[in-house]
Formats: sequence, C-alpha cells, structure tokens
Amino acid sequence: MATEPALDQAGLQGPAGWEEEADREHAQGLGPWRLGLRRLRRNKVALAFGALFVLLVLACLAAPLWAEHVAHTTPNENHLSDTIQIDGETTNVVGLDGVPIGPTWQGEFFLGADPNGRDIMVRLLYGGRNSLMIGVAAAFMTTVLSIVFGTIAGYFRGWPDITIRSLLDIIWSFPVIILGVALGVALALGGIQIGPLSISGDSLAIPTFIIGLVYVPYMARPIRGQVLSLREKEFVEAARAQGAGPLRIMFTEVMPNLTSTILVFFTLLIANAVLLEAALSFLGAGVRAPNPSWGTMIDEGIDRIATAPHLTIVPGAMLVLTVLSLNVFGDGVRDALDPRAKVRLEH
Amino acid sequence: MGRFVVRRLIQMLLVMFAVSVITFLIFNVIPNSDPAVRMAGRQASESTIEAIRKEWGFDKSLPVQYVTTMQKVFTGDLESQFTQLPVGEEIRKGLPRTLSLAIGAALLWMFVAICFGLYSAVKAGRFADRFLTILALVGISMPVFWIGALMNHYLGFKLGWFPNGGYVELTEDPLDWAYHLILPWTALAILFIGFYSRVLRSNVLDTINEDFVRTARAKGLGERQIMVRHVLRNSMIPIVTLWGLDFGAVVGGGAILTETVFDLQGVGQYAAESIGQLDVPPVLATTMFLAFFVVLMNAIVDILYAYLDPRIRLL
Repeated sequence: MATEPALDQAGLQGPAGWEEEADREHAQGLGPWRLGLRRLRRNKVALAFGALFVLLVLACLAAPLWAEHVAHTTPNENHLSDTIQIDGETTNVVGLDGVPIGPTWQGEFFLGADPNGRDIMVRLLYGGRNSLMIGVAAAFMTTVLSIVFGTIAGYFRGWPDITIRSLLDIIWSFPVIILGVALGVALALGGIQIGPLSISGDSLAIPTFIIGLVYVPYMARPIRGQVLSLREKEFVEAARAQGAGPLRIMFTEVMPNLTSTILVFFTLLIANAVLLEAALSFLGAGVRAPNPSWGTMIDEGIDRIATAPHLTIVPGAMLVLTVLSLNVFGDGVRDALDPRAKVRLEH
Repeated sequence: MGRFVVRRLIQMLLVMFAVSVITFLIFNVIPNSDPAVRMAGRQASESTIEAIRKEWGFDKSLPVQYVTTMQKVFTGDLESQFTQLPVGEEIRKGLPRTLSLAIGAALLWMFVAICFGLYSAVKAGRFADRFLTILALVGISMPVFWIGALMNHYLGFKLGWFPNGGYVELTEDPLDWAYHLILPWTALAILFIGFYSRVLRSNVLDTINEDFVRTARAKGLGERQIMVRHVLRNSMIPIVTLWGLDFGAVVGGGAILTETVFDLQGVGQYAAESIGQLDVPPVLATTMFLAFFVVLMNAIVDILYAYLDPRIRLL
C-alpha cells in the first residue's frame, strides 16, 4: 500500500512552542534521555495517569490477598444459595428471581455478585490479572517480532524486505477482528501442537498469541522505515568501515536509535491489546470460561444488563480506566521523547 | 497513471489470492481435527461424513482441497451446515444493513471530528483544547460493544428515547431507518471521532504556520475564510485518505461488534455468529467477502490518492 499509516502528533501538550523550548534545553547540553525525562516530569497529567496504571496493576496483583482476607472466597466459587448481612438485614446473594445482589460496599460482595453468586470484586481483580497479562505478553510478542522483521527488512532491503513486506501486507489487509476471531476459534478447537509443545484450547496463550500476531504490521512498518533511514547515517557507515558485521551494527548502532519509538509503541500496544482481548472475548473467541477476564465479564454482563447493569458497568469501567491511563501516559511519553513521532495504532 | 493503476490492481489480486489461501488454512487445516467430521456436526452418521469428505475433497491433497473450496465459494451455491440457508442470500440481506451502519457512522465521525479538531487547534493549549483532548482519549479507550450496550440499555430501554435495537429498511421508512440507527452510528463513531479530531488538530497546527496562510492573512482575508478555505482544506488531505481506509476496515470487521450489540443482523454479525458455531461454509464466504472488501477499498484509496497526488505514482 502506498499510503503510510496515519500520523498522530497531537498530544496533551501541543507541538507549538516545542522547538524553541527544545533549543533552549539543547543549549544546556542535556542528552535526549535526560531531556525527555525532564519534559515528562513537567507533564503532570501524564504522570498522574501513569501512576493510576501502576495502582491498577498492583491492585490486580493483590487479587489473592483481597480474595482470602477481605472477600473470603475464590473467583470461581459459587454462592447461589448463600445469604449475607447488610445493615443487619439478611439478604440473598442471588435473589429468588435469579437477580444477583448489587454492590454492597462491604468486604464480601463489595461490588455485588453475578448470577452464579460469584463475588464480582474478586473476579474483577483476577480477571484484571488475565487481561493485563495477555495485554503485556501480547505487546511484548508484537514488539519483539516487529523489531526482528522491521530491522531485517529495513537493513538488508532486497528480497528479505520484499518477502517480509508482502507478508505483513497480507496480515494487514485482514480485518483485525475477523482474523482474531477466526484464529481464536480455529486454535481453540484442538489446541496447538508444535512438536513436544502442546497448548490446550482454553489456555490464555492462545488469545495472547493471536493478539501478539495481528498487531505486528502496525509496528513493523514504522520500524522498517526508521531503519531504512538510519542505515544511511554516517555513524553506521563509520561502523561498517571499522569492519562491524550486520548483526553488530543492528544491535549496537541501529537498535539504540529505535528505543524511543519502541517504548512509546509498547505502552500503546498494551492498551490496544487489552481492548482487543475484550473484543475477542465478547465474540467468544478470546479467554474461555470459567477463566475470568474483563472481556468475558462484560460479555456475561451484557446478557443480564436489563436486571443487573452493574455486571456490565463494573468490568467495563475498569477496562476503560486501564486503557485510558495507558493511552494518556503513552501519549505523554511520546511527546516527551519525540514530539514529532508518528505513531498510531487502530481498530 | 495507467501503469500505476495496473500495477496496483495486480497487487490487489495477489493479496486477494493470499487472503483466500490463509482463510482456507485457518478453517480447514489449522484446527486439530478432521474437517469433514467438524462440518458434519454432532451425531452425524458415518455416511454423511463420508459424503462431505467426498464433496469437499478432504480425502485429496491440500491444493485440490483448496481449489474445490474456492470453486464452492465463488459459484455461490454454499449453504449453512446448520440452518441449510443459502449463504449468498444471507450476505445479500445483511449487506445493506452493514453499509447503512458504516456510511452513516463515517459521515458522523468525519463531521464531528472536523468540528472538534478545528476548535481544538484554534484554542490550542487552552482549557477547551485540553478538555477535548482528554475527551478524545476517553473515546479511543472505550470498547465499542460496552458503550453500545450501555447506550442501548439506558437511552433505549430505560428512557425510551430511542428504539431498543432492531433495524428498519431504508426503502420502507427513511426516518424510522435513521431513528433506529442513531445509537449504533454514535457508538461506532465515538472511537473514530477520538482519532480523527486529534489527527486533524495536529495537521491544522502544522498548516497554520505555512507561508500561504500568512499570505492569505496579508491579503486581508477574514479569519473564518482563512481557516476554512486555506487551513482546513490543506489539513484534510491525510484525513480523507485515512477515511477511505477506515471505512473499508469498518465494513470488513469493525462493524461486527456494533452490529452484534445492537442486533442489526448485518454481514459482520452473520460472520461472527457463523464463526462462533464453526459453521464452515458461511465462515469461509463471509471472511473472504469482508477481507476482499477491505483489500478493494485499500486499492481504490491508493489509486484515488495517486490521482490527487502524482508523487505517489513513483513509489
């Protein structure tokens, strides 16, 4: 495709005025990293959202603590016929008409229960672990694959470039969701067996693998473009003149110059991966029951939205908070490191 | 120009071929089980399985299987394994719904994004700009099926302002058609409004410092005229390209979630439901149909773009 992926340069702080500021800071002789850090520190909104993300991650990591010491249950434990005390009154966890209890704002069933009488708060935290784990692992996989493909294509040009680019173009032309759902269903059928390695159909590795794969073109293309221009730079020529081989040049000369792009992409990729996990789970091709994830929780909630809207609102709100914090923070990092960077993910 | 078009069309055909191979592999080869058994469904007799195996050529080599499958897809005599409904008919029924959703949403998101982006750029750095930027980021952080379900429940079901899902043919009653689609359009547009307004904002900020804008100002043009005729027009080029690509992507996949939540019964929902039941014939047909649509849209956008901007043809 002749059109480049979209450009998105807008951040929380406009590009206007950046250059003067950058000039002033350069005059003090600061390196790009110190400069970036300094700019990021000044962007209070981005920092606040970064902190929020860390808090959310810590909360999800503490899921077993909450489950054991506060809620006294496990994510998959049913309490269909249990009762609890609210303000001295005894209430059914799941009403006789099948409507589960809403938020109680006390230790047990803090955010209410689902139709099986499972504690929503506990499932939310455990589900967050799954969602975040898939998000981070998938983003990591995308990043590694993109660096490998992008660097090889950009550095060697010629037939490796053509092969890799057409491969990526084909993945790119598949609608992300269709490809994700199709692979999800196909792989979940019998799991994956590659030699001695076998992954069962309901493993979290399957959605992770799919999400990690479908975003590769979105990141590999810009990296290839950067490598293409970097390989013509004088310092690469100097390294080559000193007798450095391609591998050494890639690792010691090219890679360090990609770090800021990679860093920004990685943050935004986690956000998009978490969103895609939710979409796939909603369509029944992501995380499989009874494993909780924010996507499966929303999916289960939507069926009951008329009687128990908290089942939909709670996991969705948590998901939005997480993705939003990553997006705002990622935006801030990009503005700080490279105000002119052209980075965008979509769908 | 002619050479560019021919080259681009050949490339398009190659990509379509690759897409068909991958679709075939995903549904007939990757799953860890016998495709004939899977297609026959539960409690199928040995003879049914054998018949399917013969019909689809699952007992022959992979290339033969591929050719047989493609023949079946393109002659259009496929039918669902479960409902026995003809697949081509279902796609024809769903297509106007999917297109209604996608076209309306695309117009809506473009219009709102222009308003937001322009206003944001004019007020760059001030409160309004920051507020809109945060709003845009919230928009791109929300799963469409979640916000869609909430809108459907609260605005449609609880308050009764809008119909609670469903679809009315455009030819039947245009007003009712639009009334039924307002919520789906909005839900689908939110994400893109977030993206587009941010892209437009930064494009406008870049354009505003160009020499021709200064010239326009020096000629004594009014501020409104400068913004609309000079700045906006030049900032729109990348966005219009993006618009074509995103429209293709929405029809080819992005609409699935919205269609499912609002139960619009479009092609996307049909695809998603068939994939969920592993109803192979409609899955093959819809996946390829939607992917082909995306590939075709991309080619059209590229050719239009090359027509508008001759420099592209050299690439």
